Amino acid sequence: MNSNDTLIPLIGVVTDIRQDTPDVKTFRVVSTDGGKVFEHMPGQCAMLSIPGVGEAMFSITSSPTNTEYMEFSIKKCGCLTDWLHQMDVGQQITIRGPYGNAFPVETALKGKDLLFIAGGIGLAPLRSVINYVRDKRENYGSVQIVYGSRSKEDLVDYREIIDEWMTDDGISVNLTIDNPQDGWDGHVGFVPNYVTELNPDTNKTVLVCGPPVMIKFTLSALKELGFDETQVYTTMELRMKCGVGKCGRCNIGHKYVCKDGPVFRCDELGELPDEY
Amino acid sequence: MFKRISASRLGELFDRIASKQMLYIPADREDGAAEYRRYESGMSLSKALNTVRSAKDFFFPQTENLAEFRVEGKKIEVRDIREECEDFVIFGVRGCDVRSFSILDKVYLCEPVDSFYKNRRDHGTVVAMACTRPAETCFCTAFGIDPTMPGGDVTVFPDGEGYFFLANTEKGEAFISMIDDLLEDGDASALMEVQENTRRILKKLPFANLSTESFGGEKLNEYFNSDKWGELSESCIGCGTCTFVCPTCQCYDIRDFDTGNGIKRFRCWDSCMYSDFTKMAHGNPRLTQLERFRQRFMHKLVYFPANNNGEFGCVGCGRCLSKCPVSMNIVKVMKALEVK
Amino acid sequence: MQEAMKERAKQLLADGTVSRVIGWKRGEFAYDTTPAIFETAEEIDRDFVYDDFTAANVSKYLIKESRRDGKILAFLKPCDTYSLNQLTKEHRVIRDNIHVVGIPGGPKLDIEKIKARGITGILGVKNNDYTLEIETLYGTEKMPFYEAISGKCESCKSRKHVTYDELMGEEGEIAESNRFDMVEKLENMTSQERYDFWREQLSKCIRCNACRNVCPACTCENCVFDNPKSGIDNKAAADSFEENMFHIIRAFHVAGRCTDCGECSRVCPQNIPLHLLNRKFIKDINELYGEYQAGEDTTSKAPLNDYRMDDCESSIVHERGVE
Repeated sequence: MNSNDTLIPLIGVVTDIRQDTPDVKTFRVVSTDGGKVFEHMPGQCAMLSIPGVGEAMFSITSSPTNTEYMEFSIKKCGCLTDWLHQMDVGQQITIRGPYGNAFPVETALKGKDLLFIAGGIGLAPLRSVINYVRDKRENYGSVQIVYGSRSKEDLVDYREIIDEWMTDDGISVNLTIDNPQDGWDGHVGFVPNYVTELNPDTNKTVLVCGPPVMIKFTLSALKELGFDETQVYTTMELRMKCGVGKCGRCNIGHKYVCKDGPVFRCDELGELPDEY
Repeated sequence: MFKRISASRLGELFDRIASKQMLYIPADREDGAAEYRRYESGMSLSKALNTVRSAKDFFFPQTENLAEFRVEGKKIEVRDIREECEDFVIFGVRGCDVRSFSILDKVYLCEPVDSFYKNRRDHGTVVAMACTRPAETCFCTAFGIDPTMPGGDVTVFPDGEGYFFLANTEKGEAFISMIDDLLEDGDASALMEVQENTRRILKKLPFANLSTESFGGEKLNEYFNSDKWGELSESCIGCGTCTFVCPTCQCYDIRDFDTGNGIKRFRCWDSCMYSDFTKMAHGNPRLTQLERFRQRFMHKLVYFPANNNGEFGCVGCGRCLSKCPVSMNIVKVMKALEVK
Repeated sequence: MQEAMKERAKQLLADGTVSRVIGWKRGEFAYDTTPAIFETAEEIDRDFVYDDFTAANVSKYLIKESRRDGKILAFLKPCDTYSLNQLTKEHRVIRDNIHVVGIPGGPKLDIEKIKARGITGILGVKNNDYTLEIETLYGTEKMPFYEAISGKCESCKSRKHVTYDELMGEEGEIAESNRFDMVEKLENMTSQERYDFWREQLSKCIRCNACRNVCPACTCENCVFDNPKSGIDNKAAADSFEENMFHIIRAFHVAGRCTDCGECSRVCPQNIPLHLLNRKFIKDINELYGEYQAGEDTTSKAPLNDYRMDDCESSIVHERGVE
C-alpha cells in the first residue's frame, strides 16, 4: 500500500527555539529538505508529535505569508509539551495537517476594521492573522490589538509586538497585565474590563482568543458595548486525536472543532450546546 | 438468478468459498454466545440471532497499526507498515449490521477518506442473512430496516430447509459465480411463508411501535438541556460495553507503544463513556458521567442525523440492551426523552 | 418481599429517616432491572422492583450517594453487605449516612443462561415452583430454575448480613460453599493447560472496563489504567501480553479486599470467568495467612496489610511454582 493517509505524519525539523515567556516557547519548523512542510491559512492547526510521547493539536502561529517556515507557540502544560520544551534545535518531530477552517481573511474580514482581543497563549492563533493582515495591509481597514497576560513576562511575542506591530502605521496596540508590577507603566487589569474601558468602535470586526473564561467574559463585554454576535469570531480548543472529524471527541453539539472549527463566528457558537 | 442450496450442503458451500477467499461465519462459543470466526472445514453456522461483537470489527478492528517510527538521536523515520488486505467474505450478517456499514461509511469514507477502513471495505464481501427469529431486544424496524430483506452484496434467505442466494452488487455477482455450480433452482413457496411469518413476528415485537419521529437534528438544544439526563445517567457505571458491542460506535484513540524496537502508533476503539475521553491538560468539558452519557445518546439520536440528512446513528440491533451491566440503554433513553 | 420493601421504604421516606432510597427499577422486559435512586412514594409505587433478576450489587453507588445531603436507605442482600463493610473499612463510604435494610438474597437468575438455550423473544419469565415458565414470541418454554441461576449465586458464600440497621425476612447462615472447586481444578492443571485456559478466556476481553467499573473494591479516584502518567493507560491491548495483564494486575490490586461478590463475572459481556482470578487470591490468602473473609467486619486488619513474624517467606512463590 502506498496511498497516503492523513493519519500518517510527515517529518519536520525544529530550526529555532525562542523562549517567549517562562512557560511558552516558540518553535520554528521546516521540512527535511528545508522550506515549509505544507501551506495553511491563518487559524488552521497542525498535529505535532514526538513518537512514544504523544500527539496533540497546535495552532500555527506564523502567517501563511511567511514562505520559509512555520511557527508554533506552545505553552508547557502536559506530557508532550514538557518534552517539546526540553528539546534542542535540530530535533525532528512529526507533523500533519493543516486541519480545520481558518479565519475568513479573504472573505468576511476583507476591507473591515479589525479588533483583535487576546489573552495569554491565546495570542498564538491571532498572531497568524495579525501578520497576514500586516503583509496585505491594503486589503484591510484599521487594526486594533488588545492583548493581556498575567504579567509582563507572560506576554507572548513581546519583542515582536514592541518592535514591529507598535511601529506599524494604522495599528494600535493596547497591552494589559493582571496585576501591577515593577517596570510596568502600562495598563493593569483583566482583558474584558480593558475592552470595555477602551470602548472600541462597534463597526469593527472582532477576533477573540484566550482561556475559556476570558472568552466568555469578553463576549459579554462586547455585547454590552453594542457588538453583534455576527461581528465576532473566536477559535476553540478541545481534545483531539484524528484532526479530521472521525475520532469523535472534539464535538460541540453536532460540530467538530477540528473540522468545522476551530474558528466559529459567535452566533454559530451560540446555537450550539454549552459544552466547551 | 435466485438459486438455492439445501442446509445439508452448507458445509460444502463454505469449503468452496474458503478455498478462494478468507471466510468468516458466526460460530458458537463454548459459553453459548456467538462470535465471528475464520471458517475451518467442519465448522457449523451458529443458530444464534446475532454475535456479541458486531461485524464492524472487520472494517474497523478494535486495534490496528497506523505507522511505525524509528527514532535515532534527533532523527525520526516514519514507516507506512500497511499491507494490501486480502479479499474476504463475511457470511451471515444481519440487516442491522449491514446498515451499520453504511453509517460507518458516512464517517470513514467522507473526505479525507480513511484509507485503512477503505482498504478493508474494498476487499470485503458482505453476505447478509435474512432474520427469521427476531429477539425481544430487536428494534431495527424503528430505523427503517427490514430484517427480512437485509441487503448486503449478497442476501441469503433461509427457508427452513435451505438457503436462497440473491446477488445485489457486482461483488455479489462475483461471489455467486464462485458457488454457482453448487446452487440449484428451488421452489420459493416455503420461503414466502417463512418471510411472511417473520413479518408477522416483527409486528408483535415489544418495540414494534418505538418511534424515532421526534428525534433528529432539529431539537438539538431542547434535548441537550432536557432535565431527564440526570435520572437516566445515575446508574451508568461509565464502562464501554455499550460502545464496544455497538455496530455504529466509531470513536477511536491514537496511541503509541514502545515495542523495544521502535515506536508503533496504533489506533484503538475509544468510548465517550470513559472519563478521560475529552480530558485535556487544562480541563475537561465533560466532567461527570451525566455529560458523557448524554453525549453518546445525543450523538446517535440528534448529532448524527443533524449531519447526515436525518439518518440516525443506531440500527436497533439490541446488543446494548442485552449487554449493559445496569440495563440502561437507548430504548429507555428514547422513551424517557421523547417529546410528543 | 417486594411489596413489603416498598411499604418500608415509603414509611422511612415519610417519617424522614431517609431522604432517598437505592434499589432497583423495573425495565422494559421481565429481566432488565436497573439500580436506581427513588425520592418519592410515587416513584417507588411505579418503578421499584425486587425479584429474581435484581442481582446487581448497589453498594458501590453508596460511595457517591453517602456524601450527599440526607440519609439514604439501601436495600442490601447478604453478599452486598460484605461489600459495604469493606467500603466502610476503607473509608470510602460514610456509613452513618446510610440506613441499611438487610433483605434476603438470591439465588438470582441470569437471563443469559436462559438465552444460551436458544430461548429468544422472551416476553415474560415466571417461577412456578422452581420451574421457569418462559413466555416467548415463539411459544412457552420451560426450564429448571436452578439451571438459570446467576454464576455469583451458584456458590453462595453467605446468607447472613454482616451489617444492617434493620432486617427484613429471616436471617441466614454463612454457607458451606463449593466456591473453590473450580480454582482447585485449575490448580491441578499443568501450567500449560492453565495457560491455555486463561489465554482463551482473556483473549475474549474487549477492554470495556465493565468488570473494573462495577467492582466495589475498585474505588481508586484515578485508576492506574486511566492515568497517562502510569505508562500503562491503554484502552486496548497493544499486544496479547497486555491483554492478560489488565486482569491479572486488577486481581492483584483487589487481593485481600475482594469480598467475592461476583459482579465482575456477572457483567462481563464476553462471559469471562473473572471471579476465578480473585478466588485464587482468596484461597491463597486463606492458606498462607489463615482464613480471612474481606468485608466480614470493619475493624480487623487485612492479612496483606499486616506484618507478622510468622508470615510465609517470599520464597513460597518459587516453591509453589515448581511442578
